[in-house]
Order: sequence, then structure tokens, then C-alpha cells
Amino acid sequence: MKRHNALARLSDVAGPSVLPLVGKLMGVARRKADEWTRRLLGDDFEDRVAWLRARYEARGGDPFGLDPDVAKSAVAALAFFHRMYFRTETFGLDNVPEGRALLVSNHSGQIPIDGAIIGTALFLDAQPPRVVRAMIEKWALSLPFAATFFNRVGQVVGVPENARRLLELDEALLVFPEGTRGINKPFSQRYQLQEFGLGFMRLAIETGTPIVPVAVVGAEEQYISLGNLEWAARALKMPSFPIVPQVLIPGGQLPLPMKYRLYFGEPLRFGGDPQDDDLIIRDKVWLVKQTIQDMLNRALAQRAHLFY
Amino acid sequence: MGERGYKHERRQGTERRLSNERHDRIREGAVLITGISGRLGRRVARRLHRYRQIVGLDPKPIRGLPPDVEHVALDPRRSQARQVFRRGDIGAILHLGVLHNPGKGAEHHTQNLVALQKILEYADQFGIPKVVLLSSANAYGPRPDNPQFLTEEAPLLAGGAFSEMRDIVELDMFAQSFFWRSPEIEFVILRPANILGTVRNAPSNYLRLDVVPTVMGFDPMIQALHQDDVVSAIECALAPGKRGVFNVAGPPPVPLSRAVALLGRRTMPVPYSLAKGVLRQAFRLGVTSFPAPELDFIRYVCMVDDTRARRELGYRPAYDLEATLRSVDEERWVA
Repeated sequence: MKRHNALARLSDVAGPSVLPLVGKLMGVARRKADEWTRRLLGDDFEDRVAWLRARYEARGGDPFGLDPDVAKSAVAALAFFHRMYFRTETFGLDNVPEGRALLVSNHSGQIPIDGAIIGTALFLDAQPPRVVRAMIEKWALSLPFAATFFNRVGQVVGVPENARRLLELDEALLVFPEGTRGINKPFSQRYQLQEFGLGFMRLAIETGTPIVPVAVVGAEEQYISLGNLEWAARALKMPSFPIVPQVLIPGGQLPLPMKYRLYFGEPLRFGGDPQDDDLIIRDKVWLVKQTIQDMLNRALAQRAHLFY
Repeated sequence: MGERGYKHERRQGTERRLSNERHDRIREGAVLITGISGRLGRRVARRLHRYRQIVGLDPKPIRGLPPDVEHVALDPRRSQARQVFRRGDIGAILHLGVLHNPGKGAEHHTQNLVALQKILEYADQFGIPKVVLLSSANAYGPRPDNPQFLTEEAPLLAGGAFSEMRDIVELDMFAQSFFWRSPEIEFVILRPANILGTVRNAPSNYLRLDVVPTVMGFDPMIQALHQDDVVSAIECALAPGKRGVFNVAGPPPVPLSRAVALLGRRTMPVPYSLAKGVLRQAFRLGVTSFPAPELDFIRYVCMVDDTRARRELGYRPAYDLEATLRSVDEERWVA
């Protein structure tokens, strides 16, 4: 006896004719997705992830909490911004030496996308891949979820002890000596380096780390800031509160899709006494700052268009 | 010139002889253990009694100790306790008798400080050449801007935010000031990370829960230390010639969630404000012994760098991470 209930009838129809179609569509979708993934992440992405995993497993895990699986997902998500949105172009990636390195970069753009893109570029495009560790504000580490996320992708709280320890582990450490002075600067001061802190130089001398000057072009125009409301920042306990009119326009919350260009300069090595007087350290810092400013000026002179 | 040189040599010779005598006494004298009735105290006694004479000083009765361990049922604060320190065969004092019970804050606070003060006073008075105090790495306090690994020079900040941690911070500081006053005593302060095992301390109790509550959105790196590795560190600290403050850590750190997963337990993330409110009420009602401010220990990092202990004491943890974590489930209902 045959029961013709609705389900049976549906399966009769779906069985021979519909399911293959669904299957075919799924296959096409999967192939498309794979193709896009390859375009975004490159063919050797899995090899790079395997390299990353091996590096930290060999040490019994990263003592700062970097998790290769979370880092992998983060890079995959950032790859969209890196390849499609900002269409990052990199110059001089070979200048990043093996072993410990201190990457010193200009800082801009209201939110630290520049750091994320430098990290993504060095992981996806450098040969061999590099993991960039950066330092974040303690403020970010008191926020739920953000604290865990930053930790798992290898960011550490910005205290000198952590920086020293990372360099001793032969990591590549990214620092922005301009600090919040740089990231908050108004549009009118774009590509003008703000005052540099001195700590990074003492650290480089103490640990014998080469300094790689990095110039980021593009990030300084992504959010057009007219100024900074210090009282609002203080009231909200945030590091800054920039006035950015574009966020009021729908879709303006995203940064403008500027073309990013990353320039990695030749490593600079400094000797001497890390405990030297501020004046002596300031001279050395000035040299690094001037190198980056020169790289910026040259890049800006060559730039034909803001968006491509 | 020559005479001064001769005198100098003679003084150095005397000092060397004195220090040799002191070392012999540390090596061969009895070890006086305060707080021997605790789980950790008994573990230390069981390990040390194989090659050392042990005197336990603890007002509480004890079970399960080797018969050659002498037990004096006295509180170190009582005046009769003086006799024990005075007998002349004590080579070292191991002070484990610190009461950690946040429920009785003020009362324990004075008890703890007076007991330590008495013990240090006797050590000074009767020339006991070695004192070891078991402090805690938690004395540094968990903070979002802590360096990932704190060294012994870091300030002890736990007392500010956690009145319950004030005791351990003050004991540690009190002991440090004693350092400078009595340089002829070899003094060691150990600051171990979270001790795990059959002990009934907060971290072990926490990991023994069937479902482990965590603070939603936070998953700090934590250090765990096997109870037997603490005993090893104490053994290292009791050796003659060792003095100073030492952090003690175990295997490499892991995220809290990973530690719970390795134990095969589930976590239950709770928003911070909710967890804080519930804990505060529960603590007031006496349902839990876990005070609300100590939630920061599962929010922020408080880990230590034990390079100094490894270099100067020759300390090495013997247990790996998995064994250390699993130790909380061992012999749950015995000893």
C-alpha cells in the first residue's frame, strides 16, 4: 500500500529533478567561493597558516595568548580590506630582516586600520610570512570581547616589559611613536609626522634590534577629521573623540576606500647606551622620524591619484 | 697597610667560618613548619621528613603524618610557643600558617600579622638562620595593564582593589622590611602562581566546579602550578645560601578557557555586571567564599616571570600542564 502524504510527494519531485540542480548550484557557489578565497588570500594561504601554527607550537604556545586559528580568521577577514577595499600596494617588503625587528610607522586614520593592514600585508605577502605584534592601549583590554580578540591575534598591552619580551622572542614588533597624537590628527595635518616618543629607541638599542622605517600612504585621508573633542573623550574615558562629519552619512562609517601604499625602508641600526640622556636619544629618534618623513614626501610626490 | 690587610683577612675568615656554621645548621637542623595541618603543609612534611627532622607548629590536630614528625599543638602567637623556637636545634622555619579565609577578613588580618611578627622576632632572637615564607603571585594583583609576566620588582598592587588580598600583600611587605633589619638571617619569600591540586584553595575549588563560570568576553592567560612543584620550590628555598624574593610558576601559560576545556569541563560565560552582583549577594549570605572583586583574576592577567627562581634556586617544574590541571580531581574525597 502506497502512502501519498505531502512529504513523500515532495521527495518524489525533489529526488530526481530538483536535488541535482541544488547540488549543481552548491557546487558552483563553492567553486566561486574557493576562487574568491584564493584571489583574496593567495594560493599558499594554508601553507602560511601551517607555518604560523608550527612556529608557535614549537615554543609550547605563545605566552601572550596568540591563537593561530583566531589569527587565521582575522587575516582572512582583513584580506578583503587589504586586497579589495584599499588595494594595498607594498614596496620593499624584503627590507624586513629575519629575526627580531622593530617596525616604526606613521600613525593615522582615527582608527588603527594602518596597523591591521601592515600586519595583513606582512603575513600574506612577505616571504617567509611574518607575524606582526603590536601594542595596544590598556583601555582596549578592559573591554569585553575586544580584550580577548586582540589577545588571540597577538596584540599585547603597551608596556615596555612586553615589548622587550617580544623582541627577545625574535618577533617583529610594530610601534607608532606618534601614539594618539598621530591617530587623532586633523585632516589639515595629514602626512605631517607628530612628535615621536623616545621609548622605542631605548628599546631598540637595549635589545640590539634593527629599526625598519615604514611609511603608510592612504590611511591619513580615510576619515576626514576636523578636530578632537577632548572633553567628550574624557567623559567617555576614550583615548580620543574625533569630529568626523562623514559618519553621519549612511555608509560613511566605513573609511573612505583610499589606495593604501606601504613603503618599508632599509633597516637602521643604532648603538650606544640605552640609558643615555634624552638629548642624545632624541637625535637618534629624529633620524628615524626624518627617514619616514622623507619616505612619505617622496611617495606623495609620486602619487598620481588618491583612489588608485 | 699590612696590618689592615691582615685584619681584613682575619675578619673575612671569621665571617666565612660563621657562614659555614650557619650553613651546617640550615642543612642539618630541624625544619619548623607552621600551618602543618593544612593540605600543603602535610605534603611538605611528607616530602621533607625523609631526610630532615620536622617539627610542626599548629594549634589544629593533624592526621596522616609520618610518626617521626613532631607536632606541637600551639598557636605561634601564644607565649609558650617561644619554647619551640628556643630549643636550639631548629635550622629553618617554613611559615605556611597564613590563614586565607576572606569571610573573616578583619579577624584573620591581625592574627596573620601578629603570627608572622612573632615568628620573625623569635628567628632573630634565637639566631635561626633561615626563614621561608610562602606568599602568593596574586599579591601583584590582576590589572589590564599588567606586563604579561611580572618580575619580583613589580609593586604589590592587589591590596588596593581587593581588601581580601590585603593580608597577603601586607605580610609580604612586612617580611620584606625584615630582610633589611636582620641581614644575617637567610630569608626567602616565595610567590607561587595559582597552586592546583588536592588543596582547598580558590583556584583549585574554582576548577573543580562542574560548570565553570567565566566572565563573558574575557579569557585571560593563566598560570597553574602543581602542588608538588610548590613543594619542590620550597625544598630549593630551604637550601643554605639561598635568599631573596622568588616568583614560582609552573608549565607555560594557557588561556583560561583552554584550561577548563583540558579538564573536560564546560564554561558558562556570565556578563561581568551580573556576575559581580550575584557574587556580592552570595558572599554576603555566606553561600560562596569567592569575593566579588576577585572576579578580576578571571578578567585580567596576573602572571609571573620565574626566571630568577630557575636561575638562582635551580627550581624546575616537574609536571606538565595537563597533569597540573588534572591534579584538582585527584583523591577528591581523601586526605
